[in-house]
Amino acid sequence: MTDLIRSTAAELAAKIASREVSAVEVAQAHLDRIAEVDGAVNAFLHVDTEGALKAARKVDDDIAAGAHVGPLAGVPIALKDVLTTEGVPTTVGSKILEGWIPPYDATVTRRLKEAGVVVLGKTNMDEFAMGSSTENSAYGPTRNPWDLDRIPGGSGGGSAAALAAFEAPLSIGTDTGGSIRQPGAVTGTVGVKPTYGGVSRYGLVAFSSSLDQAGPCARTVLDAALLHEVIAGYDPMDSTSINAPVPPVVAAAREGANGDLSGVRVGVVTQFSGEGYQAGVLRSFEAAVAQLKQLGAEIVEVSCPSFDYALPAYYLIAPSEASSNLARFDAMRYGIRVGDDGTRSAEEVMSLTREAGFGPEVKRRIMIGTYALSSGYYDAYYGSAQKVRTLISRDFDAAFATVDVLVSPTTPTTAFPIGERTGDPMAMYKADLCTIPANLAGNAAMSVPSGLSDEDGLPVGLQIMAPALQDHRMYRVAAAYEVARDAALGATVISGVPQLAGAR
Amino acid sequence: MTSVHELMDYAEVIERFDPVLGLEVHVELHTNTKMFCGCANVFGGEPNTQVCPVCLGMPGALPAVNGTAVESAIRIGLALNCEIAEWCRFARKNYFYPDMPKNFQTSQYDEPIAFNGFLDVTLDDGSLFRVEIERAHMEEDTGKSLHVGGSDGRIHGAEHSLLDYNRAGVPLIEIVTKMIPGTGERAPEVARAYVTALRDLLKALDVSDVRMDQGSLRCDANVSLSPKTTGELGTRTETKNVNSLRSVERAVRFEMTRQAAVLANGGSVTQETRHFDESTGSTSPGRKKETAEDYRYFPEPDLVPIAPSREWVEELRGTLPELPWERRKRVQEEWSLTDAELRDLVNAGAVDLVAATVEAGATPAEARSWWVAYLTKEANARGVELAELGITPAQIARVVGLVNAGELTNKLAREVVTGVLEGEGEPEAVIEARGLKVVSDDSALEKAVDEALAAQPDVAAKIRDGKVAAAGAIVGAVMKATKGQADAKRVRELIIARCS
Repeated sequence: MTDLIRSTAAELAAKIASREVSAVEVAQAHLDRIAEVDGAVNAFLHVDTEGALKAARKVDDDIAAGAHVGPLAGVPIALKDVLTTEGVPTTVGSKILEGWIPPYDATVTRRLKEAGVVVLGKTNMDEFAMGSSTENSAYGPTRNPWDLDRIPGGSGGGSAAALAAFEAPLSIGTDTGGSIRQPGAVTGTVGVKPTYGGVSRYGLVAFSSSLDQAGPCARTVLDAALLHEVIAGYDPMDSTSINAPVPPVVAAAREGANGDLSGVRVGVVTQFSGEGYQAGVLRSFEAAVAQLKQLGAEIVEVSCPSFDYALPAYYLIAPSEASSNLARFDAMRYGIRVGDDGTRSAEEVMSLTREAGFGPEVKRRIMIGTYALSSGYYDAYYGSAQKVRTLISRDFDAAFATVDVLVSPTTPTTAFPIGERTGDPMAMYKADLCTIPANLAGNAAMSVPSGLSDEDGLPVGLQIMAPALQDHRMYRVAAAYEVARDAALGATVISGVPQLAGAR
Repeated sequence: MTSVHELMDYAEVIERFDPVLGLEVHVELHTNTKMFCGCANVFGGEPNTQVCPVCLGMPGALPAVNGTAVESAIRIGLALNCEIAEWCRFARKNYFYPDMPKNFQTSQYDEPIAFNGFLDVTLDDGSLFRVEIERAHMEEDTGKSLHVGGSDGRIHGAEHSLLDYNRAGVPLIEIVTKMIPGTGERAPEVARAYVTALRDLLKALDVSDVRMDQGSLRCDANVSLSPKTTGELGTRTETKNVNSLRSVERAVRFEMTRQAAVLANGGSVTQETRHFDESTGSTSPGRKKETAEDYRYFPEPDLVPIAPSREWVEELRGTLPELPWERRKRVQEEWSLTDAELRDLVNAGAVDLVAATVEAGATPAEARSWWVAYLTKEANARGVELAELGITPAQIARVVGLVNAGELTNKLAREVVTGVLEGEGEPEAVIEARGLKVVSDDSALEKAVDEALAAQPDVAAKIRDGKVAAAGAIVGAVMKATKGQADAKRVRELIIARCS
């Protein structure tokens, strides 16, 4: 069983397809693992044991019948609780949606099911994906398997922790300002934010529509690529999805694994270092850059001056859109309803429900966004932020005119202790300093583990960014780096995760 | 809700003030599906049966624009002589209301798809008045709230409310005029004529059912008064719930007399939304808002901009049908109508019906005489629109044909039409069932003539004496005996023949 939960998705898929192991056995091994360790980790908000086993049986039956199955058929996955799942609760980490059973599947959910990927359940997250630590979940924080007293990143802490705790070989996250990449970095896992529009947002409960992007999370670059190709592609249900072929990320990951990056130009973003960056993180980053150079890449320094304004611009645009997106939670059609005792007006019930149903960070952002969009303030706040956004896109365009990919640390520090930043929103927001520009510009970006910080022994992430629809470029670089890194360490980064209490 | 209004005499209003109008018309398009999802766009379904995650605003659901609705919007814009935007976006209008699933309406704000146009409307005396169009933009309709337990179906005093989201997401085009000054005493008439002209235009474009009674055409009337002494613009009110052409005229007139009285008494007009009451013909204030509404418009991030290519716009221009005013001009020439005749035809709403009847074989004069003279009266008596009377142009044309063939008299023809209107089936079936054939058998008629002459020997004697005019009494008797199915002309000939 231990072998099964520590296997990569690619290995599991091959074993299932060749009937060396059944999809049901694989699903059961992961369900057992969840039962064993999730009490300590709290990565899952809902485990769909019955649904998972049923889906696994279907895959086994199809394979037994000689049917053609997809490259990840039978492999288990954990879905961030922001994606709708027909008949399975979806809370977005919020009390306001407690008990809601969606009547429809998100496009990502549907594509996974159609590919025979086995959905184990829904993972914990910061409420409405607002946060960088998963402490803003209405259902208690998720803990980092590397150190249970530390945060697993956020908002997709559950999806990242599930991978690091070997509860699932694959998971889906969503990234609005770094919610896939930053949890990936602090848990020693791979997290990819595809090009905006690369993966359908239909059925992804919106936080900030122009920034939200679902993407793959895995323990290896190839696994992320395999998952990327299952979920990506044009969807007429999402007007902002791109009607173009899916970038060849699996081929790129396989090519990169050959370990040759000659001819690839890598730009180091000079803005992302200095004050606020943990020394061990910067050392890990420098070592990673040196390794890329050894693989044959040409390294140049690139300045993106507008990136300095990314964080403030983000904290105007995202809350503005959120204030509107979250208006629908009004107790009229779904979710909890508070105060409907026959004496109160609909407006009063709406207000009481939202008061009780939203947590403090969500309320803070709704208020910021409402203010930023108000008549008389729009130009100064939302309007200016959109201009900054244009400048950031231009910085990326200028950079990608001279380099193939850009690199930086994924996040300035390693996982911080639970509770450390809950009283200081600004400190919390800074965890997304390096990840936000790619959301504002809409280009592709990912985090791949770059080993452990020498001062605290916690994972560090290397961020690789590529132009829109050139997602395959970063997969190639990441895969090459992954091979070189493991060779240098003599082991994978994830193998360093401590045994969890109670685990065999 | 009762409120007593002091009103100024209309003549005095006009003496002292210049009214300024602004009209906002919402048109529900009759596309097969809704604006942003695949739900059926049909009026009157069981509540909450034409809904899906998108139009219910379910978490995670996203809109996708209905291409046909965009096409209709462009065609409307072109017909209104508007410029069509080369690039435009949807915007979110944010406000909370239970029948609005997302608590924002996906609309257009500062980038409408069509702008800067005009519509020439025909007034009752046949003169034209140009109404300038500010913009026509796309948006989605809201659901419907049904307030239960109140006195008048309004939220005020209701015990609870029911929500029906069938209408949520139905495509709407909002057409907004620029300020309309210079109407003088004709302001109410201009308002009605504008909405009438717009309705006819939208009908010709075949983009909407344009049923004011069903809400597929809704008008909000903005009215303000400018004192003649100062010429300054006054504060406007916006009157909603104006559900018929007649109400448009009444609402404007009422607001003018009400505002004038307020101003004459030294008061000031409150800028507010008012509600028109069909039964009293008066307006009353809408629900008071504590603060001015700030809709916090911003570009809809879930939709990509719409950039209609010039080629596409020109292609759509090519699909515009003959527009009502072009049609009127043409029929006036083709049918040699005087201005007054054309006006009667237009006012009766009978242009299309007459044209179709002509197409089915009647002459313009015959067709007009039926639709304008006779059927309009029938429609008024029954309280329905001419087109909904229940008889088709083809049926009228057939009846006309039978009259011309001598198989029906005019009187019989009217009886046939009455039968059709009463649901007795096709004209031929009515003739059969009611036995309405003209009696053309001379021997049968001769018998009736002889009997009538025998019954009135003194009249018969007069005729024999050459007083032919006396034959009328005998004709009447024969027609009565044949239940009107004889051809009166032939009866007369027979009488004269018998008595000579």
